[in-house]
Amino acid sequence: MSRLTLPVMLMFSLGLVLIGRADQNLSGHLRSGLDDLLAPAYLLVSGPIQAAEHGTGAIGHLFDLSDENAQLRAENASLLQWQAVAMALEAQNNALKASLNYVPSPVPQFSTGDVVADIGGVYARSVLVVLPADSAGTNMVGAIAMDGRGVAGRVVEAGSRAARVLLITDLNSRIPVALGPGGAPALMTGTNGPDPALLYWAPGQPPAEGAMVLTSSVGGAFPPGLPVGVVHYDAQNDPVVLPLADLDSLRLLRLFSYPDSLPVLTPIARTPKPAATHPRKR
Amino acid sequence: MARRPAMRRQASLWRRLDAASRYMFPLGSLVFGLFAIGMPFGLPGQAELAPVYAMACVFFWSLYRPSSLPAPLVAIVGLLLDLLGLSPFGLWAVLLLVLQGVTLALRRRLAQQSFFLTWAVFSAFASALACLAWMAQSLLTLSVLPVLPVLVEMLLACGFYPAFAGFFIRAHRGPAAVELA
Repeated sequence: MSRLTLPVMLMFSLGLVLIGRADQNLSGHLRSGLDDLLAPAYLLVSGPIQAAEHGTGAIGHLFDLSDENAQLRAENASLLQWQAVAMALEAQNNALKASLNYVPSPVPQFSTGDVVADIGGVYARSVLVVLPADSAGTNMVGAIAMDGRGVAGRVVEAGSRAARVLLITDLNSRIPVALGPGGAPALMTGTNGPDPALLYWAPGQPPAEGAMVLTSSVGGAFPPGLPVGVVHYDAQNDPVVLPLADLDSLRLLRLFSYPDSLPVLTPIARTPKPAATHPRKR
Repeated sequence: MARRPAMRRQASLWRRLDAASRYMFPLGSLVFGLFAIGMPFGLPGQAELAPVYAMACVFFWSLYRPSSLPAPLVAIVGLLLDLLGLSPFGLWAVLLLVLQGVTLALRRRLAQQSFFLTWAVFSAFASALACLAWMAQSLLTLSVLPVLPVLVEMLLACGFYPAFAGFFIRAHRGPAAVELA
């Protein structure tokens, strides 16, 4: 009897591998349940660490208060100049849009969450975000996570309390991007390293060093024009993207859920969904 | 005279609790250790340490106290490791069971050997399992995964086993010794 348990359990686990392979939702559900359960514990550990890092309430920053004040004043002055520039540009932009009959893109809902744990596996890069109370009930899977500077990743699993964000550096991350002012298409793929690689750019036009990388709406998973990073060449013919988001020390993430972000021409069958959702909205 | 049976009954309850807690110690320390390693301390190599710790636990307890870590519990721990460590569901359950099977098969010869030999054997087993995990995961995701984490796992397995084993040996003689209850 006891001799049989090991082979039986081995067969059982092999069966589980097959089941998990066939039904990706199973492990996703279990994992988000576990994340929900563990999120408070993670918060208990990462809270003090973050507090110590920021020096909030601690004596950490007392010693360079005057330096920091001077720096902040200087930054404030330059930011006020930029504010003036931004307001002028906004006015100009509005005027130009008005003369172009520009159709504004839909405004996404967003909610902001604390990053409680940077829990990658051995071959995975992801972070866990605690969802705020006001986002309860909305389906966060597929939401786009951005920090203050750029796209950090996408929500792949979400429970009631916590959501798991797959970072753009993860091996499984594939993001259609547009390069430079012309918006040349390419695919940004994670490598588990710090900088994702660029694939499938047009052979005649290699991406230029320093070109801006924005998301592209090809495939319909992302809205166009979100800032991702900057093109950089590590070696010849091997362009990578330097992400704008500070992926090593994410603290706060905004999760943008685009209610109907798919453009009209997306080659994904999407007829049943609008029929089901629109009557409720109206 | 009349008091004695009552006292014995009470003692036996406590003794049974004691025995149960001793019996559960390996599993408890394994699960607690996995959760503790999974906490976001931000240390380098933390993700690689979790499977190494699980392997060390399964190897040591299968070698010296196989009754306290039976196969179903090992499978459950493997599933927990997969959920915590983002590996394909069930992969580490299979690998830990393989490790337990191999360890149990070699148990009679290995248990009498010196610490250094068991250390070397564990390092070899853990390295082989890390390579197996890499291969299986590469196959399941149909891509060539980076090799560096495998090397890190091997180094951690080799370097941390004495520390883990020191803790386990103390537990083996004290809080996990069912026969002392």
